[in-house]
Amino acid sequence: MQMPPPEAATIARRPRLVERLRGILPEDAVIVAEDALRAYECDGLSAYRQLPLIVVLPETTEEVSAILRLCQAEGVKIVPRGAGTSLSGGALPLADGITLGLGKFNRILDIDFANRCVVAQPGVTNLAITQAVAHAGFYYAPDPSSQIACTIGGNVAENSGGVHCLKYGLTTNNLLGLELVLMGGEVVRLGGKHLDAEGLDLLGLMTGSEGLLGVITEVTVRILRRPETARAVLAGFASSEAAGDCVARIIGAGIIPAGMEMMDRFAIHAADDFAHCGYPRDVEALLIIELDGPEVEVEHLLDRVRELAQAAGATVLRLSRDEAERVAFWEGRKAAFPAVGRISPDYYCMDGTIPRGRLPQVLTAIGEMSSRYGLRCANVFHAGDGNLHPLILYDANVPGELALAEEFGAEILKLCVAVGGVLTGEHGVGVEKRDLMGVMFNDDDLKQQQRVKCAFDPDHRLNPGKVFPVLHRCAELGRLHVQRGRLPFPDLPRF
Amino acid sequence: MTATVKPGAVAEVRDVVAWAAGEQKPLEIVGGGSKRDFGQPFQAAYRLDLSGLAGVTLYEPAEMVLTALAGTRLTEIEALLAEHGQELPFEPGDWGPIYGLTRGASTLGGVIACNLSGPRRVKAGAARDHFIGLAGISGRAEVIKSGGRVVKNVTGYDLCKLLAGSHGQLMALTEITLKVGPRAEKARTLLLFGLDEVRGSQALRSAAGSPCEPSGLAHLPAAVAARSRVDLVVEAGTSVTAIRVEGPGPSVDYRLARLKETLAVGVRCEELHSMRSRKLWAEVRDVAPLLPDAGRQLWRLSVPPASAAEVAANLRQDLGEGVELLFDWAGGLIWLALPALADAGQAHVRAALAGGGHATLVRADVETRGRVAVFPPLAPGLAALEHRVRAAFDPLGLFNLGRLGLAA
Ligand SMILES: Cc1cc2nc3c(=O)[nH]c(=O)nc-3n(C[C@H](O)[C@H](O)[C@H](O)COP(=O)(O)OP(=O)(O)OC[C@H]3O[C@@H](n4cnc5c(N)ncnc54)[C@H](O)[C@@H]3O)c2cc1C
Repeated sequence: MQMPPPEAATIARRPRLVERLRGILPEDAVIVAEDALRAYECDGLSAYRQLPLIVVLPETTEEVSAILRLCQAEGVKIVPRGAGTSLSGGALPLADGITLGLGKFNRILDIDFANRCVVAQPGVTNLAITQAVAHAGFYYAPDPSSQIACTIGGNVAENSGGVHCLKYGLTTNNLLGLELVLMGGEVVRLGGKHLDAEGLDLLGLMTGSEGLLGVITEVTVRILRRPETARAVLAGFASSEAAGDCVARIIGAGIIPAGMEMMDRFAIHAADDFAHCGYPRDVEALLIIELDGPEVEVEHLLDRVRELAQAAGATVLRLSRDEAERVAFWEGRKAAFPAVGRISPDYYCMDGTIPRGRLPQVLTAIGEMSSRYGLRCANVFHAGDGNLHPLILYDANVPGELALAEEFGAEILKLCVAVGGVLTGEHGVGVEKRDLMGVMFNDDDLKQQQRVKCAFDPDHRLNPGKVFPVLHRCAELGRLHVQRGRLPFPDLPRF
Repeated sequence: MTATVKPGAVAEVRDVVAWAAGEQKPLEIVGGGSKRDFGQPFQAAYRLDLSGLAGVTLYEPAEMVLTALAGTRLTEIEALLAEHGQELPFEPGDWGPIYGLTRGASTLGGVIACNLSGPRRVKAGAARDHFIGLAGISGRAEVIKSGGRVVKNVTGYDLCKLLAGSHGQLMALTEITLKVGPRAEKARTLLLFGLDEVRGSQALRSAAGSPCEPSGLAHLPAAVAARSRVDLVVEAGTSVTAIRVEGPGPSVDYRLARLKETLAVGVRCEELHSMRSRKLWAEVRDVAPLLPDAGRQLWRLSVPPASAAEVAANLRQDLGEGVELLFDWAGGLIWLALPALADAGQAHVRAALAGGGHATLVRADVETRGRVAVFPPLAPGLAALEHRVRAAFDPLGLFNLGRLGLAA
């Protein structure tokens, strides 16, 4: 992984930058001590580490604006950071860059039940939003597994999903408004408490932009009424084909479950050993299908899902009888990552998406790769939307194993693209998948995306080294080479 | 005079754009032409007619995904989906009749370029939420693709969002991939009669915030309801507040009963079943009851739903009793019809939005649209940012520039 070469001149100017930053922020909001910087050296993709030049922890939009103005003027790189749970290295620091932490932006500003929305600062955690409205029977729908820690600003930057996004959408589908600070310090507001923000959909563009376009300083999200009930089905199958067939039958019957998760045999065993959740151990694939809504609807659909699962050849079929059992069905799935973490010193979590119907084919291929690379792999998926999370087990202390795991992962992602899918479903490109972007996009596609970046940050100061494999200078991208073409309609008047 | 070029293949579209770039000739991009009178009037040297790029190129019902060339008629797509028990969840309207044209001309490209979403938007999301993949030609005459055919995708910037609602700026869209959805087994609509705008919009919001998952939330004042073609609505002789629930049979019955219990206390009510329910929501979607007087100007306001009644009251106060309105999206969308005014009442309409939101002038004659800011004026910083984003796709300002009332 090659990051843009650190600029020695910037590093040499560190004392001066610290002094300037202390003019903007209180003393303790400018972090320079190495042991304190250490806390920021990586994000959730901990295989990559780098001490930042400086960390700043602003508390107001004005402070963020002043910092970005300074960085622009001084030509210094800046890396926004929420809770640092990114799994793609999006918040990986730069040796010559300032990490801008949004941890102090931790207040919920407005809870508006009449308009069914919440206005929050970006450092508020995902779960805190739901907790703030739960007393009135509401919740914020996107629920990444990291929701106790990850921030709503980070969710917007990554367009995060969760197990319930099959029915309720990703961050982008639940976002109403943003305040952001552009490189150079300008503050821009997008949307608000109404639907369909005016002008171009910059709200949609910002979502999933991985901290490359602006620093988000306020977020307005839609909240939903909690469904009356939720129940889950646990269905085991003798093959991943049969499980995949069950998923297709359910969707084909016009049923959109709240969540539909799949685990393979290895993941089932690992989860059950860890969480003792009573999963069937003699199956090749397990589905957890959750239905929510009014009780009559859930009952009605449970019957149909049961029939469909039986028709698909389910060998084990359990319906949660009460809330405790529903939670128990989920326990193993939710513990899948730590469970794998316990049986292997390290694991590498992948995140491709494929057309649902290709699940069995891709699973078989992953199994074949696993034996070829000699690395074990546990598979958990958001089966309803074809989002795969293969967990590749490796040991970083064995020389070469990390590289091997990465190679294995890259091969999986290339396969995802080859079968009509994409490199990343919810974790983002970051540094991790940056060099694979060419698998999905050609040069023109990538240059067009970078031109969008140039409209926000013409000097590539905001989170450089992420997402794009090659950084073209904006001046070069802006150059227009029009060739006087021939109009393919020679009979048209030319005036 | 404007000459029309009608390419039959994507490569030809690219050639046309390359030529236009070389000659610096601006293009007006047209699909079915149903919304040509939407936007600021403008003259482009050439009209790029994309209706020749037609056909569904991929449809996998089990994957709930459909790809079509941009010039494919919406009616064709809807008919194909219906054959498989599916539909476009965002329920796009047919705006042809707004402009005095016949129904059925809209193409998918036009629907996406205008981000048209109907009543179900409150539950299912907008056109932009279902637009997951694209190919198009940039103003540099390059073929650009973004997104894909799967819903969960964060690989690179989400350019689909930018293109949805871009009104033909940025790129000539050639291919569009959509997430589609199952058609509900059953639909019912609860009608509440005689509520004023304050109580009507309150009822809508309380339904929206209930666990009943309504998929249509509209309020028609008496004069507007009187122009419906649905018997129970016309015959009401008063205002009608309509709440739709869709889903499996038993669930719909239950949810409707619950809504009735909580909302129809001391209020006269009725139910619309399948056919009539569909008819009413098609009327709301296409704003049919506001259209008969073709001389009226039509605004579309997106507001915080809780402000709907107040916005309506302000509009009536400032613009007089000739004002007619219709609430959709639980009050979040207000359609406003006005007797023709030279400035289309723009100052009053936009002043009524003090509580947030924006207004677009959907219909007015050419002269009025030449004088009025048809699309919401943006704060200067945002306008400058948009300008840079536009230039990132179309540096020469070839595409539909005048439609937004913008300079190159
Ligand atoms: C155990 C675990 C489980 C996870 N499960 C899921 C899951 O189910 N679904 C899912 O989608 N993801 C999941 N993730 C990934 C991660 O939690 C999400 O990507 C999350 O949204 C990141 O939020 P954060 O606050 O930690 O952001 P960070 O990691 O701090 O930053 C992520 C990116 O966002 C940028 N950024 C952060 N804040 C801002 C801001 N205010 N303005 C501009 N840019 C900003 C950063 O520069 C960086 O590029 C998981 C991670 C872990 C560790």
